[in-house]
Amino acid sequence: MFEIFGIPSQALFGQLLLGLINGSFYALLSLGLAVIFGMLNIINFTHGAQYMMGAFCAYLLLQYFGINYWAALVIVPIVIGVLGILIERLFLQHVSKLDHLYGLILTFGLALIIEGLFRNYYGSSGQPYQVPEALQGGRNLGFMFLPNYRAWVIVFSAFVCFSTWFTIEKTKLGAYLRAATENPALVRAFGVNVPRMITLTYGFGVGLAALAGVLAAPINQVRPGMGADIIAVVFAVVVIGGMGSILGSIVTGFVLGVVEGLTKVFYPEASNTVVFVIMAIVLLIKPAGLFGKVA
Amino acid sequence: MEKSHKMSTNPVAAPTNPFTREGREFGVAFLIMLVLIGVAPFVAYPFFVMQALCFALFASAFNLLIGYVGLLSFGHAMFLGSASYVCAHAAKVWGLEPELAILVGVACSAFLGLIAGALSIRSQGIYFAMITVALSQMIYFFCVEAPFTHGEDGIQAVPQGYVFGLIDLSKPTALYLFTAAIFLFGFLAVYRTVNSPFGEILKAIRENEPRAISLGYRVARYKLAAFVLSAALAGLAGATKAIVVQNASLTDVGFAMSGEVVLMTLLGGMGTLYGPVVGALVVVSMQNYLAQYGQWVTVIQGAVFVACVLLFRRGIVGEIGKALKWSI
Repeated sequence: MFEIFGIPSQALFGQLLLGLINGSFYALLSLGLAVIFGMLNIINFTHGAQYMMGAFCAYLLLQYFGINYWAALVIVPIVIGVLGILIERLFLQHVSKLDHLYGLILTFGLALIIEGLFRNYYGSSGQPYQVPEALQGGRNLGFMFLPNYRAWVIVFSAFVCFSTWFTIEKTKLGAYLRAATENPALVRAFGVNVPRMITLTYGFGVGLAALAGVLAAPINQVRPGMGADIIAVVFAVVVIGGMGSILGSIVTGFVLGVVEGLTKVFYPEASNTVVFVIMAIVLLIKPAGLFGKVA
Repeated sequence: MEKSHKMSTNPVAAPTNPFTREGREFGVAFLIMLVLIGVAPFVAYPFFVMQALCFALFASAFNLLIGYVGLLSFGHAMFLGSASYVCAHAAKVWGLEPELAILVGVACSAFLGLIAGALSIRSQGIYFAMITVALSQMIYFFCVEAPFTHGEDGIQAVPQGYVFGLIDLSKPTALYLFTAAIFLFGFLAVYRTVNSPFGEILKAIRENEPRAISLGYRVARYKLAAFVLSAALAGLAGATKAIVVQNASLTDVGFAMSGEVVLMTLLGGMGTLYGPVVGALVVVSMQNYLAQYGQWVTVIQGAVFVACVLLFRRGIVGEIGKALKWSI
């Protein structure tokens, strides 16, 4: 045990770890937002609600069907992703030719419906979700205690983020996606089914949000309000990173999580606002965001 | 992007002259509204009507941005809420008279609007909306932490006082007339702005921003001026509400409130002068009469959002105006 700037190392690294965890969720969520925005030109306000649904879906699977965490990690993103595809087919495709702001308002309305329904049945209080057996406990690293589950969340979400980045930037499928973002009419002329690609992209982005929800379930309690609480921060992360780059949103997500964690140690009063303050500063210096191309 | 796909579907002609058709139509609608404001306290609970008037002013201020400049602010609660807190503090702790307390509140929200506008105005469309969401969340957390707002309790038992030291606002009739006068002042301020040369430039920016720039207009300044004006009027609504309901709380500055004002304006009709007023009345009544159903109100609000976007983007007043071929 030692001290850094008068702060015990346990507290400092503990908050740093929490920051990295939150950063993982910010990264996964802003990545999903960026992927969806790239294809659909819609800011998906339902994203927070879908993250919450992911956590609830894992909770319900365990509660009523005895399906464990590991299976939920696969099933939940698929289920919520399919629900997302339904939303895109039923609602979003009808506003694709209108001003983008209608997409924002529409998805906001959907978020209200989903959150209202969950609040009706589960109230505002949280439901507990057990850490899976294989990841219980933790190890002492000398300068801090590292719970296994938290290490897993960080490593796994970094892996998912990296795979998504790799798929979009380095594979043939990703090349189609990027081409369709640039010029959908031309890509269609080459015989690619662009509307289906749009639908699947939305499903994938929503699946990422649901995955973040499953990862969050054992750490935070499963609450109907968990999505609404995080969405404004994720928006700020997206604004700071800029919408141009997939890698940008991942890096910004992790870094801001850490910054938030450190603020909790050194100046706890500002921990809720620090991300927004950083956003204001970035907007003053680089209106397009750190990695963005156009404002 | 084609004109018909723009956010606002109701470009309003300039009805400044009472002898034109548009002027007459606006005048008739205004008279109807005056009569309704006069009759309302006798048929409905006056306290409820006063609250509805405050929200109608709030929505009109919001509509100035979305309807006439094409800027969607998803954080307008920060202006309503901050003015409400500052006005309540000024009236209670500093002991200012209500009209001065309201002025202090309005000044505060206008200043906040200047800062928030300067940060966000350079960004377009969706980015602008996201930045306003984040900024208002920052103000919300500030209000949670700051000592003078008293956290969860809010500022309670705000004295209503005497306007100009003469008129006792604790008398229901005086309070009602005071609120109605402020609402009409704000409503006519929006009307005057929209139908001024300044308003015409705003509409030009909404329709085709690059063209407005090429014509030599400093678009960013016009947008900022509109933003500050909208923030000040939203603040006027918030400050007045603090005097009417005698408290200021986190609800006024919270994110749900920012969503509600979007709903009011969308439902009533974006880019129409009377739309936000009608929308505010519908949304406030909905909350009032459906309060017993708890969270179902949120679900219904969400469903109304979806229905408005998918089925009738003109909103109630926009559809009526289209049916009657009136420009209201």
